[in-house]
Amino acid sequence: MLINVEEKLRTVVEIKNGVHWVGAVDWHIRDFHGYSTNKGTTYNSYLVLDDKVTLFDTVKKPFKNDMLHNIYKVIEPSKIDYLVVNHVEPDHSGSIPEILEAVKPEKVFCSARGKKALLDHYHRDDWPYEVVESGAEISIGKRTISFLETRMLHWPDSMFSYLKEDALLISSDAFGQHWATSERFNDEVDGPELMSHAVKYYANILLPYSGLVQKLIADVQKMNLEIDMIAPDHGLIWRTNPHQIVEAYYKWSKQECKRKALVIFDTMWHSTEMMAKAIEDGLIESGISVKVMSLEGDHRSDVITELIDSKAVIIGSPTLNNGMLPRMADLLCYMKGLRPIDKFGAAFGSYGWSGEAVKQIAKSMEEMKMKVFGSGVNQQFVPNHEGLKKCVDLGREIGRAIKEAIPD
Amino acid sequence: MEKYVCQVCGYVYDPASGDPDNGVNPGTAFADLPADWVCPVCGADKDSFSPE
Repeated sequence: MLINVEEKLRTVVEIKNGVHWVGAVDWHIRDFHGYSTNKGTTYNSYLVLDDKVTLFDTVKKPFKNDMLHNIYKVIEPSKIDYLVVNHVEPDHSGSIPEILEAVKPEKVFCSARGKKALLDHYHRDDWPYEVVESGAEISIGKRTISFLETRMLHWPDSMFSYLKEDALLISSDAFGQHWATSERFNDEVDGPELMSHAVKYYANILLPYSGLVQKLIADVQKMNLEIDMIAPDHGLIWRTNPHQIVEAYYKWSKQECKRKALVIFDTMWHSTEMMAKAIEDGLIESGISVKVMSLEGDHRSDVITELIDSKAVIIGSPTLNNGMLPRMADLLCYMKGLRPIDKFGAAFGSYGWSGEAVKQIAKSMEEMKMKVFGSGVNQQFVPNHEGLKKCVDLGREIGRAIKEAIPD
Repeated sequence: MEKYVCQVCGYVYDPASGDPDNGVNPGTAFADLPADWVCPVCGADKDSFSPE
């Protein structure tokens, strides 16, 4: 088969000598199981040419042909000997049944939990599984691959593959970002924008496992791995200064906060919105950086991204039919699952005749082990001057507490 | 006997079932698990568990 070299260069990228990106770009996805992917994503797969031709991970099922097309530009798929499954979530494993039909590999490498998850997804006990333990090494010719289990980062089956001679870490979902681009490397795109996608990914996917992230970074440091490049399964590959993303993960995993407060509200007739603005005033007066987010326009996953370095989270909802507004219930359910730590919390809201929302929000904050300030501010219908002053005072009180908690 | 929940992944250790895959017989109380026993799902250590 003749291949136009220009075309090959454009779409299949050789990230290291003999290591090719053969994934797919998903320009159009906007909702990734509840995470807003405003700029799409990529599903990265890597093909390594050696005595044993090895493919690392696959792509989401609808993109199977994009991947096969990319593989064909490098090699006949049937020449692939090994498939490594670092993570079984369907955005990386969804094409495995069809790829295995085309490839018929000699072995499918995965962790013990990975084998179980593959069986639980695809119900095929006839695949040539080869379970590897953490620390196990295999030779594929000139290269040695070592496997490192990373349980719960972010599924029980997750693992990293490290190509020793290339000093290349194929890191599965860790260090990834949801960002569809035609570029493949971090040094080809805007750095701050890349970091904004990386922190959103961390906050929405890895935050609950921050303790494990710290342990993993410590373990990897002890192993003294030389890392020249980090290739995640989503987004850009960290080619220039790959350690910057490891350092950023360490920082995010500590959940260190700034002198920053997040005010989040939903509103029916602007009363709760007025209260949010008054709380904002009190915080700004106290010298606190404030981010105000309205659930009418701000997506839950963007709220969580702002939460990661905020010391206080102040949440307001009116009462509708004896409860909070449904978008707020959605956010609190999502936030609780992501297990933020060491936050200050306070609740506020307007009500007509019953006013349960504020109490419900405060209860939810207690379940998240936040330090909750007072019983919140609950105002009937449209708040008057006195009612808004209570909100300003709440902002001031929390502002003082943030300053005491966080040294300048 | 009391069940214990892994605070990392949510796995529940049920003494009535034990953890036979890792050599723990049914009927073993959480307190009697070996100190180096880890969560069979996510690998978290015993300290990561709380009573259900």
